[in-house]
Amino acid sequence: MKKKLTTVMFRGTRDQEEQLRAVIEEYRGVPGAMMPILQKAQEIYGYLPVEVLRIVAEGTDTPLEEVYGVASFYSQFSLNPKGSVAIAVCLGTACYVKGSGDILDRISEKIGIGPGATSPDGKYSLEATRCIGACGLAPVLTVNDTVYGRLTKDDVDGILEQYQ
Amino acid sequence: MDMVNVTINGREYSVPANSTVLEAARYANIDIPTLCYLKDINEIGACRLCLVEVEGARGLVTACVYPVNEGMKIRTNTPAITETRKMNLQLLLSNHDKKCLSCVRSTTCELQKLCNEYGVDENYFGGAKTESTIDDSSVAIIRDNSKCVLCRRCVAACNKNQGVGVIGANDRGFDTHIGSAYEIKLADTTCINCGQCIVACPVGALYERDDTDKVFAAIADPTKHVAICTAPSVRATLGECFGYEPGTDVEGKMVSALKALGFDGVYDMNVSADLTIMEEATEFLDRVKNGGKLPMITSCSPGWIKFCEHYFPEMTENLSTCKSPQQMFGALYKTYYCEKNGLDPKDVVFVSAIPCTAKKFEVQRDGQSAAGVPDVDVAITTREVARMIEKAGIDFRALPDSVYDQPFGFGSGAGAIFGATGGVMEAALRTAAEVITGEKLEKVDFDDVRGTDAIKRATYTLGDTTIRVAVTSGTANAKELLRRVQSGEEQVDFIEVMACPGGCVNGGGQPYQPAVVRNNVDLKSKRAAVLYHADKELLDIRKSHENSAVKALYDEYFGEPGSHKAHEVLHTHYVKRGM
Repeated sequence: MKKKLTTVMFRGTRDQEEQLRAVIEEYRGVPGAMMPILQKAQEIYGYLPVEVLRIVAEGTDTPLEEVYGVASFYSQFSLNPKGSVAIAVCLGTACYVKGSGDILDRISEKIGIGPGATSPDGKYSLEATRCIGACGLAPVLTVNDTVYGRLTKDDVDGILEQYQ
Repeated sequence: MDMVNVTINGREYSVPANSTVLEAARYANIDIPTLCYLKDINEIGACRLCLVEVEGARGLVTACVYPVNEGMKIRTNTPAITETRKMNLQLLLSNHDKKCLSCVRSTTCELQKLCNEYGVDENYFGGAKTESTIDDSSVAIIRDNSKCVLCRRCVAACNKNQGVGVIGANDRGFDTHIGSAYEIKLADTTCINCGQCIVACPVGALYERDDTDKVFAAIADPTKHVAICTAPSVRATLGECFGYEPGTDVEGKMVSALKALGFDGVYDMNVSADLTIMEEATEFLDRVKNGGKLPMITSCSPGWIKFCEHYFPEMTENLSTCKSPQQMFGALYKTYYCEKNGLDPKDVVFVSAIPCTAKKFEVQRDGQSAAGVPDVDVAITTREVARMIEKAGIDFRALPDSVYDQPFGFGSGAGAIFGATGGVMEAALRTAAEVITGEKLEKVDFDDVRGTDAIKRATYTLGDTTIRVAVTSGTANAKELLRRVQSGEEQVDFIEVMACPGGCVNGGGQPYQPAVVRNNVDLKSKRAAVLYHADKELLDIRKSHENSAVKALYDEYFGEPGSHKAHEVLHTHYVKRGM
């Protein structure tokens, strides 16, 4: 799926930047180091915004676009930070046939962002996931580490209210 | 050279052992179709049109990346192959905006040509199309992904030849598209507007911003005085748009065509190239004598200027402050010429015909308005000139030869060679040598700085001054050279950089040539040969300072090269852009 660009303000710290620069130094001269550098960058920042990739591009003497090409290609890289309320709706087969598509739409409408995005204030992030292995509870969603199962779209408002 | 024997379509050939099947087929006079292959820079087997049969190989193989070996048996045109290629073309078309009638590349499109040859059904596959956008943020280059076939030729040109790399493949699978990082608009990237992506593109996904309507409108406006000057290399390439072989000089017909279009004056930019040399050679000698910033780097190529501002902002003081010949011409026209002829610069529309898309950016830069209005109003590429001639119904091939209008109608040979890599350096050396020694230069050919090598170096002793020069083209090569200069590995006094590989003759605004020509014909040398021929055989004078038109300008208006007046009109400044 086409990756969504973030609208969340970058809040990187000096410390994070130093860590990233140390990673880039560690891989200096190592061929094919872009993947491990990006993986570690994502560990440090939680996601890969333009501010971070600019540091990688400059540090590895690689065009920014080339770095972005890698980041946008692999599903393991996220261009959006996780929200403080991180919602994931399962779109695995069992959940989907039990109506998780409607649930996803309802959440999307309520919080104003589509799947793969994070609200501009950084509060909500929404993800459409593959099967999370809780088919017995279908349809399911998770908010942070809590699992909600056997839902209908009318349950959405109640769940979201708990995270106001 | 090691050779191997291969069989192509039942006949035996001896081909170099390091050939690919695609290269080997050329020995059998067979062009295997390709859309993605560009020799040396894009050999990736992506488009799947060069599929051929190799006996013993599993399935069809991609000829562009498949090496030959002894005894290989190749077939290039069996029914199974043509059927597969046709299917692959239809798959490409399933994701292509098939508005071919109005497409800028209609008749020069490599995809269109192949589809016609293979007799495709353009609606064979329906269904969804990848979401696409048109990025028209840039003043020079427009990207339309609805036409893109993802061959990545533009990406290779931008990255490998130019060392810029602002476009590449984003996302994956069905969503794969060419774009900039984080979908930043081209105008907001470090794009240098060189247009090498445009001439690399096989289809209509990349094209210059067409400014011909502005020119037609100005010509039609009776209150406007509309003049045009043509860059040195346009006469060497324009003919290609009208079916002439690359390397045909069409100066006379071009001048006739422009007069037929209705310009009030048709002038030769070689004159302002000569003027550039007067200023630039003077500036260089002044820097040498008075401890100015060295190495001095030429400033004629606006793609190179923007590259330097982004990638080497710490070196912008090394750039000559001379405006480019295009801008000098416009500035001269709107000051000297207007004053002399009682014209209000506001009523003048000055047009330049140039081989370059970056000139479209240059005309709207700060510090390029000597008379308080832009020096040059519209910059149109060689392709746009051809488009105007066609649209006006002018039968180019039937035109007689005409000569440029005076007083800016005769340039020197030094001005002529500005259009090829090494030309500006050679022109400057011819003048600098005579200024330094005070003697007549006997041998005016500086052969060491000619040719299409990536980086050319030479040392000249002129009188008691030794000058180390370097010449490069293609900004990736320039990056390499400047890094060596910065690290101290390389010591030079004077550097010429042209943004496009081979110089303006291979500019991003030059006529389209399909990959089969780009891969097999030395376009740069063929086109440059026109300029060197003019320098040596056609023009009476070969040194800028001997050009009587230029001498008159200094006598009447500027005083001497580098004067206060000359600085006001003919020089400019740069910005440090960074990344």
